[in-house]
Amino acid sequence: MGLNGKPLVTIIGAGMSKFGKRDGLLAREIFAEAAKEAFNSCPKLDPKRDIKAMFIGQMGESYEHQGHMGATIADWAGLTGVAATRTESACASSGAALRSGIYAAMSGLADVVLVGGVEKMTHRTTAEVTEYLAMASDYPFEQWNGITFPGLYAMMATAHMHKYGTTEQHMAAVAVKNHYHGSLNPKAHLQKEITLQVAMNSRCVAWPLKLYDCSLITDGASCIILTRPELASKYSDLPVHIVGSGQATDTIGLYQRQSLTSLNATKLAAKTAYEMANVKPEDINLAEVHDCFTFAELMAYEDLDFCPVGESGKLVESGETRLGGRIPVNTSGGLKAKGHPVGATGTAQAYEVYLQLTGQAGKRQIKDAKVGLTHNVGGSGATAAVHIYRRDL
Amino acid sequence: MEPFSIEQFYKFLQQNKLMAGKCLKCGKIHLPPRPLCDNCLSQEFEWVNISGKGKLLTYTIINVAPEQFQALTPYAVGIIQLGDGLKIPGMINDVPKEKLKIGIELALDFGTCSTTQQWPQWPRYCFKPSTI
Repeated sequence: MGLNGKPLVTIIGAGMSKFGKRDGLLAREIFAEAAKEAFNSCPKLDPKRDIKAMFIGQMGESYEHQGHMGATIADWAGLTGVAATRTESACASSGAALRSGIYAAMSGLADVVLVGGVEKMTHRTTAEVTEYLAMASDYPFEQWNGITFPGLYAMMATAHMHKYGTTEQHMAAVAVKNHYHGSLNPKAHLQKEITLQVAMNSRCVAWPLKLYDCSLITDGASCIILTRPELASKYSDLPVHIVGSGQATDTIGLYQRQSLTSLNATKLAAKTAYEMANVKPEDINLAEVHDCFTFAELMAYEDLDFCPVGESGKLVESGETRLGGRIPVNTSGGLKAKGHPVGATGTAQAYEVYLQLTGQAGKRQIKDAKVGLTHNVGGSGATAAVHIYRRDL
Repeated sequence: MEPFSIEQFYKFLQQNKLMAGKCLKCGKIHLPPRPLCDNCLSQEFEWVNISGKGKLLTYTIINVAPEQFQALTPYAVGIIQLGDGLKIPGMINDVPKEKLKIGIELALDFGTCSTTQQWPQWPRYCFKPSTI
């Protein structure tokens, strides 16, 4: 079942809160906003009756001093009683939630599953957030030596620049593109365009990464509702099928990997997803990739086979990954401009693909998009989840 | 024999020894040591002494740090290629910014332990320019 391009599960509804600085709200309250939109998007569904399982991505208890997020979210989404579990895989927490939801629906144990994610971050200082995010890396050698998250991606960027001649301008071009896309997304954290100059002149966070190379510290929540393909017509007239799902791991320490210029977990997850979906990289009409740093988007182009190894800088400069190009990447604005409420990111990517494939993406709508891909990375690449989506034919 | 653990790795480091665990079955050397070989799943190891001299594979200069490291910013960190295919990350001290380049020779400085009684009691090693 589900191989060779057959649908694994079908998305029948989706919701996303406004991303940004959501002062005075707790994660559970922001999630309620996403859940309500998802319920409204699927009027034939009775959420309290039909939803049988929930998987909720959230990275850190430290932000709100709140653990046990599966039950907390079920409670505040009006779904007390439903089996709900928190999935934690750092920044890939809701990519992992999505994968877990697919397991649950395909197993037959739950006909309708809600998967989502949430993070409330902006009430903490930058130093606190830096410390909490670093917890997704190796403690005894990386964190212990003061290596931060931007620091890990900066080391990959330095190695890539040295090996392939990638430049700081290439990275800044990703920021310019994604901020342009974000300017077209009313739910994005930042909705204004920037120039290459602004990106290049921003202050250094971890050389060669500057402020505008980094994704945003954001509050937000997202969710999608899944069912088995044969049940989809009962609930939705706008179904989107998930036809490929891959999730993989790598060593927790960056220093233990063979390559410092690619993420093997992405390559493994992508291979699985492409094969399952019977889709080639050139068949993808749009992709939401994990641009936690601009350099991470460049590396994703190579690891997902959108371009040959070492040529990601050229690809972004060609404009092919901008709206109107051959393969628009991060039309939502990406983690860079839409924002990166860590646990919410994986299913927020799925939400954007759902909007695009159902013609609901407004000013940033891609004409006639049929096949989409999401790529969600945890930590410095110890987890990756890749999913492939197809519009109902 | 001492357990093949991260705790023990740091105990050796405090004695100015850089020690790794070598799998007796497949020969893979683990730095840090680990209790289960990730190559052949064996649990049999021996300790081997590793040279602290190596080459810089990649680096960054950190400007935004967690509170505990803020006083040190900006500071350089990198990944160092040692012998036997082993790599280790660490802070890089005493290298002027303009001399910081991929490929430069560095040597491990064993560092000292924190004097507090809190976990973990690990020395904070770093890398410095190689004297040879």
